[in-house]
Amino acid sequence: MIFDPFVLPFTIGLLILFFIVFYKFGGWIRKFSSEDKSNLKKALFSKNLFVACKEIFYESLLHRKIFRVNPKLGYMHMSLAFGWFLLIVVGNIETRIHSGREINGPFYPIFFKFFEHNRSTIPFSNFFVFLMDLLLLFVMTGVVLAIFKRFYSKFFGMKSTTKLKIGDKFALYSLWFIFPLRYLAESLSSAVYNTGGFFTGTTGDILGSFLPAADIYYYFWWAYSLALGVFFVSLPFSRYMHIPTEVVLIFIRNAGVVASKQYNTLSEIEVNACPRCGICIDKCQLNTSLDNKKIQPAYFLRDVRFNQVKEEIATDCMLCGRCEEYCPVGIKLNNIRVAKRKDFAVDYIDNYKYLPPDEVAKADVIYFAGCMTHLTPSIKHSMTKILDTAKVSYWFMDEDGSVCCGRPLMMNGKDKMAAELIENNKRKILASGAKIFVTSCPICLKVFGEEYNLGIRVMHHSQYLLQLVKENKLKLNLTDNNIVYHDPCELGRGAGIYEEPRELIKRFNNLVSNEFEKENALCCGGSLGNTKMSHDQRNIIAKDVVLQLTSDNPDILATACPLCKKSFTYKSSVKVMDIAEIVANSISQTEPEKIISRKEALMNA
Amino acid sequence: MNKKVVVIGGGIAGMESSAHLAALGYEVTLLEKTDKLGGHLLNWEKLFPTMRMGKEVVTFLNEGVEKGKVNVIYNAEILNTKEIMNGFSITLNNNIVLESDAILVTTGYDLFDASKKEEYGFGIYDNVITSAELEEKFMKGEKITTSDGKIPKRIGFVHCVGSRDEKVGNTYCSKVCCVTAVKQSIEIKEHLPETDVYCFYMDLRMYGMHFEALYRESQEKWGVNFVRGRLSEACENMDGSILVKVEDTLAGKPMKMSVDLLVLMVGFEPSLGTKKVGKILNLQFGVNRFFKTQDQHTLTNVSNVKGIFFAGSCTGPKTITNTITDARAAASTIANYLSGHDIHNRIMTSDIKATV
Ligand code: SF4
Ligand code: SF4
Ligand code: SF4
Repeated sequence: MIFDPFVLPFTIGLLILFFIVFYKFGGWIRKFSSEDKSNLKKALFSKNLFVACKEIFYESLLHRKIFRVNPKLGYMHMSLAFGWFLLIVVGNIETRIHSGREINGPFYPIFFKFFEHNRSTIPFSNFFVFLMDLLLLFVMTGVVLAIFKRFYSKFFGMKSTTKLKIGDKFALYSLWFIFPLRYLAESLSSAVYNTGGFFTGTTGDILGSFLPAADIYYYFWWAYSLALGVFFVSLPFSRYMHIPTEVVLIFIRNAGVVASKQYNTLSEIEVNACPRCGICIDKCQLNTSLDNKKIQPAYFLRDVRFNQVKEEIATDCMLCGRCEEYCPVGIKLNNIRVAKRKDFAVDYIDNYKYLPPDEVAKADVIYFAGCMTHLTPSIKHSMTKILDTAKVSYWFMDEDGSVCCGRPLMMNGKDKMAAELIENNKRKILASGAKIFVTSCPICLKVFGEEYNLGIRVMHHSQYLLQLVKENKLKLNLTDNNIVYHDPCELGRGAGIYEEPRELIKRFNNLVSNEFEKENALCCGGSLGNTKMSHDQRNIIAKDVVLQLTSDNPDILATACPLCKKSFTYKSSVKVMDIAEIVANSISQTEPEKIISRKEALMNA
Repeated sequence: MNKKVVVIGGGIAGMESSAHLAALGYEVTLLEKTDKLGGHLLNWEKLFPTMRMGKEVVTFLNEGVEKGKVNVIYNAEILNTKEIMNGFSITLNNNIVLESDAILVTTGYDLFDASKKEEYGFGIYDNVITSAELEEKFMKGEKITTSDGKIPKRIGFVHCVGSRDEKVGNTYCSKVCCVTAVKQSIEIKEHLPETDVYCFYMDLRMYGMHFEALYRESQEKWGVNFVRGRLSEACENMDGSILVKVEDTLAGKPMKMSVDLLVLMVGFEPSLGTKKVGKILNLQFGVNRFFKTQDQHTLTNVSNVKGIFFAGSCTGPKTITNTITDARAAASTIANYLSGHDIHNRIMTSDIKATV
C-alpha cells in the first residue's frame, strides 16, 4: 500500500471524528421514543430517504435557504460545502480510475498529487487536472470570503458576526488553513513534477522560480495533513458539528419526527445543527433597535448545547418568530426557547377558586375579546357593533372581564397553571353549543386553536369579518384611505394568517404595501413573551417600527391585535386602528332597518 | 441702538418675560402662533390654591406686555433661522424677517392626549372626560351632568393620566394635576353637594405653598374621598356609567366601583411647537423630551446654543407661579448675556463642572 508518515495526522483525525460523531448519533437515536424509532426505521426503506437526500443536497451542500436570505453569505457557504464535497467525489473517481482498485487508503485520494507524479496512465487526465484545479479555486474563494467575513462582516450586509468558543477557534483557524495549504502543497509539487493545472501549475511555476520547491514541498504536505487532522478532531466540539448533524436532522424530520413542547432529543439535534450563521442576530430587533447581542438563537443555542443557559438570556426574547422565519436550518427556535424557560419557571397548580362561576349563554357564535382587548375597548365596541349589525347570534363570553386564555403563562413555561385556566374556559365554550369561536386577540387565537381541542372553528376576527362580508351580511362603504397593515407576530408568523386581513382592507380601502410585511413583519415590541424588557425598551422598538411602517405617510396604520395597537398608539403620529374598527367605521349607514344595539335590547328586555 | 430680543410663544412665560425684557430696555418682539396671548391660562377659570380667577392673571400679564410696548406678532410661524453676526435672522410665514441679538423660547406644553390611554375609555365612553374639559364646563358656567343630562351621583378623578407612566413613555410627574384634582373636586362639591367624589391617586403631591391646606379642606370641609391605587381599566356599564377597576393599595385588595362621570387628570407633554422650534434651532432635548437646560441647578434658562434661552414649561412641567418666576429669571439671564457675560460657559470655568 502506498503510504507516507505525513498522512497520519489526517488519518487519525478522521478516525477520531468518525468515532465521536457516531457515538453522539448513537446516543441520540437511543433516546428517541419507540414510536419515533420505528418511524426512523420505516423512513430508511421508503421514498422519504430520497426526499431527505434531495433536501440534504439543497440545504447542506448548496445552502439554498441562506442564498435566499443573503446571496453573498450563501455563496460563501456553498463554495465551501459543495466545493469540498465535489473535490472529494471527483478526487475519488480520479484515483479509482487511475489505480484500478476499488479500495484505497482513505488518504490516497486526498494526497493523490503527492503520491502520483505520472499522469500519463490516467484516462482523461488533463480533464481531471483542470477540474480539480477549478474546484480548488472555487473552494478557495469561499475561504477568502470566510476570512473576510470574520473581520468585515458588513460586506455581507450583516451587522454582526458570532463570537467564538475555544473549540470553534481550533476548528475555524484550521479550516482557514486547510485549502491554502493544499493549494501550496500541490503548487510546489507541481513545480517539481509538473503535475498541476492552470491554477496550481501556474502558481507552482512562479513559486518554483524563486523557491527551492524540491526541498520544501514535502513539509507543506505535512502541514496540510495536520490542518485536516486538527479540523477533524475539533469539529465535534465546535459549531462545525452542524455539518454532520444537519444531515441527520433533515433525515429525522423527513421521517416524520416532530417537535414537542418539551426539550427532547429532536431539540438537542436541532441545537447541534446550528452553524451559527448569524442570520438570526441580524433579524432580531433586540439587536437592531436595542443593540442587545446576547440573546439571539445563535448564542442561546450555543448556551443550550454547552448547558450554560442563564435565565436572563432565556427570558429576554419576544418570541416574535423573526429568527425562526429566516433560520436556514429551520430550527423551531421558539419551541426550544419556551421549553428551556421551564427550567426556571415556578409552575404549580394554583388555587383558582376565585374564578367566577360558569355563566353560559347559548349562541351560534362566541365572541371572546381577550384581556388585551379590554384595554383597547374601541376594538370590542367595534366588534359588538358589527355583530349586532350582521345580526349574528352570539355570546360575548368575557364581556365582564376575561378569564385569561392561558397563553402568557405558557410562554413563560408555566404549563400547569395554564392548564387550569384552559379547563375552565373550555367547559364554558362547549356548554354554549356554539359552532364558531371568534377572538380579537391573536395571542388567544393560537392557544384556543392549538391547545383547547374544542372541535369547533376557532377564528380570528379578521377572518370572521371577511366571512361576514363575503356572505353579504355586512355592507361597507368604500373609502379612499391609504392603509398600511401591520402583521401581528402571532397572527402572521404564528398562525399563518396574512391574506384575510389584507383582503378585508382591500375591499373598501387602498392597501399600501411595505417592506416589512408578511413573513418579514416586525414585532411591535409589546410582546408578552418577554418578561425582561423595560417599557422604555419596548417604546424604542415601537418607535422604530412605526417609522418603518409609516414611511409612505399612510392615513391609517392598521393592525389586528390589541397589543400592537397599544404599542403603536403611544409612538405614532399616524392614526392607529384595529381592523375591526376600520370595518365598524365603514358600516353602511344606509342600512334600511335600524340596528338595535345589544345594549338597548338588553335594557328593553 | 437698542438690542433686540425675539420671544417665541405667547403664553404665561412669553408674556411675562417680554414685559421684563422691555422694562430692561430691549426691543422685544413676541411671536404667538394663535391670535390671542395667554396660552393655556385662557382655558382655566379658577386657579389653585387660592381659587382666584385665571382672568385676573391674564389681565396682569397683558398689562406688562402693553406697558412695555412689546411688538406682538400673531399667527406667527417660524420657517427657518440663520445665525448672523452676533445674533439671528428669523424668517416667518408672510415673509417677515426679524433680526435679534437673543432668542427666548417659551413654547410650553400640550396636554396629554387621553385617547392614547385607551383602557380609560376617553373618546369611547361618553362619560369619560378630561380635566381640561371639566374646566371648560366651569368656565362656560355649564351644568355638570352626565352625557344624558343627569346629575352625577358619583364622580371619579383619575390622577397621573399620561404622567408617571412608563408605558406611555412619560415617566415624569406633571406637578399640577394632583392639586388641580383637589381644586376641581372642591368645585364639584360646591356645585353638587350631594355628589360623591373619589380621587384615585398613586401619591398626592402637595408640595406647593397652601396645597396641603387645600387638600385638607377638600377632605374635612367637602368630604372628598381619596383612594390610593392606580386605575387598571374602565368600562361602560349598561346604563352608561363607568365601572373602574383599581387596586386599593392601602386596603391591599382589588376593587371595582361605578361612577357616573370619570375625569382624567391629563398631564403635560412637550408641545408640538416645542418639538418644531427645537428642531429648527438645533436645541437639545432631555430624557423626558422637554428642552434640556445647560445645568439642572444653575443654568436653568440656558440652552445649548449661544444666544438662545428658555423659560416656562418647555423645559418641564411648572405651575403658573413657577412659570412667572422662571420668565423673570430668563429675562435677567438674557440681560446678563447681552451685557457681554459669557453665560453659556459660566459653569465651564468654575470647579462645579468638573464634578458634574
Ligand atoms: S439559529 Fe438558525 S439563523 Fe441562528 S445562527 Fe443558528 S442556523 Fe443561523
Ligand atoms: S424570537 Fe424575536 S426577539 Fe426572540 S431572538 Fe428571535 S428575533 Fe429576537
Ligand atoms: S401631580 Fe399628581 S397627578 Fe400629576 S403627575 Fe404628579 S403625582 Fe400624578
